[in-house]
Amino acid sequence: MIETLYSNLAIFILSLLVGVEVISKIPSTLHTPMMSGANAIHGVVVAGAIVTASLANSPTGYVLTFLAGVFAAANVFGGYVVTDRMLQMFTRPTATTKPTPSKDAS
Amino acid sequence: MSIFEFVVGVIYLASAALFVVGLHMMRAPSTARRGNLISAGGMIVAVLTTIVFVLISTGGNWIGWSVLVVGAAVGAAFGIVQARRVKMTAIPQLVSIFNAVGGGAAAAVAFADFVAHSPRTPVELTVSIPIVLDVLIGSVTFAGSVIAAGKLQGIIPGKPLTFPGARALNVLAAVVAVGAGVLALFGPPNLLLLLVVLVASLVFGVLMVLPIGGADAPVIVSLLNAFTGLAVAMAGFAINNQALIIAGALVGAAGTILTLQMAKAMNRSVGAIVLGGFGTGDTQTAAGSDTEDLTNIRELTADDVAIQLAYAQHVLIVPGYGLAAAQAQHEVAELAKLLIAHGVDVKYAIHPVAGRMPGHMNVLLAEANVPYDQMLQIDEANAAFDNCDVALVVGANDVCNPDARKPGNAVSGMPILNADHAKSVVVIKRSMRPGYAGISNPLFTDPKTGMFFADAKQGLADITTAVKEYVTA
Repeated sequence: MIETLYSNLAIFILSLLVGVEVISKIPSTLHTPMMSGANAIHGVVVAGAIVTASLANSPTGYVLTFLAGVFAAANVFGGYVVTDRMLQMFTRPTATTKPTPSKDAS
Repeated sequence: MSIFEFVVGVIYLASAALFVVGLHMMRAPSTARRGNLISAGGMIVAVLTTIVFVLISTGGNWIGWSVLVVGAAVGAAFGIVQARRVKMTAIPQLVSIFNAVGGGAAAAVAFADFVAHSPRTPVELTVSIPIVLDVLIGSVTFAGSVIAAGKLQGIIPGKPLTFPGARALNVLAAVVAVGAGVLALFGPPNLLLLLVVLVASLVFGVLMVLPIGGADAPVIVSLLNAFTGLAVAMAGFAINNQALIIAGALVGAAGTILTLQMAKAMNRSVGAIVLGGFGTGDTQTAAGSDTEDLTNIRELTADDVAIQLAYAQHVLIVPGYGLAAAQAQHEVAELAKLLIAHGVDVKYAIHPVAGRMPGHMNVLLAEANVPYDQMLQIDEANAAFDNCDVALVVGANDVCNPDARKPGNAVSGMPILNADHAKSVVVIKRSMRPGYAGISNPLFTDPKTGMFFADAKQGLADITTAVKEYVTA
């Protein structure tokens, strides 16, 4: 058991460092979508809810399974959908709609 | 570890790699959307693997599975509807709600794991410690995020809410939560003790956020995002699931970095923000009044501004909180488009904390179809100000206060946009009221600055009309 804890701790610490490394390179332009995207990633707790469902064998267990299911699903689905909605709005300069007359007139 | 467990572990690592790659691709607007989809792909892999794994290893019973399916369907429907409907100005609230449910789910998972153990003899410390930590952090996050979302939405008053003894009650809640948590680690599993941890943590979460001012709420949302990440990682320790540990740690890091950057950009320490609610510092906005000499102000009309903009070659727009609050992103984009069509070079100078959360202004402008190559980050913008004819400041204040370069005031040392380096400055603002930092801004009384007193939305629309008349006349 203690070996499992050790390897999990190692994974945890290294992931923290990877997170710091990756996140610090993200420009402030994208901080809101990034936060929302990170938010969606912690929706992985839905995997925890699945484990909870398989262990449940009492009324308390079922109630907790239900709560975990509702919360985690809201987190993961909502998180990815809203992040995608935000990011699809970031249009490239060439992709701008409605051609304006003499855009490069200057 | 059996071969089967090994394979599951390897697949979890692969999905974690997809999370990292997805986040990594958020470095540039052109790849960010694909990055999010890759991260979603990692999520699908992790979830499918977990389903197969538990079906084969533990199995469970049909009640548990049906309850989960129904719950997940309800949650998914709620999440998707909210995500589709939310206004871009309300993103901070929604992020806070998703934080709350993430933390709540993590707490529920840990609690359920404890319940599943409870008929048996003592839970090992390697499992019970993360369980208690998860219930504690998850509940604080849940309650705190709900309150923060309420404050951002305006359901709960934005001003710091305190009552006599609030601080003592908060300390008491913390002591009870930690005390019961420590007791729960020893002896046979005691559900009642864990329930005490849960309730005390919920109370603590509420009391922690209630006294925090509305303007500080986004920092708290970011901090609670880090907490949710930690709670999810703890759930991973409790049920020995590496996907949860890795994803949780990534989010914990993301939330922490953003919190620190945000606090730095607002020139406050995280500690001051969290503790500020305990009765210090948070009243400074009210304290600063316009005692400055108002005779130096040059007031402009919409026509003045229109002519000045139409004659300029390089214009930098500095959008601030006032623009986000007035939801004037479409109006500003329309004005910029008109000027660009007229041959003016228009760009946006965006401060890292402009809007209601870091990077929020970029999302608002993107919504108004502003291409991202027109949005300059603080360093690029500051290089451009020296060559700029007109800096058009819309509803921004502290983020372009030149006093930040001088020591000894509330904004000293804060990174600012050098709007004062432009040849002339136009400020659209409702009044001379000081901004969040509560101090006056010498930029407004600078001889090269003209003030146009108006609501951001109406003012921009008036200028646009005036420019149109001027250009076509």
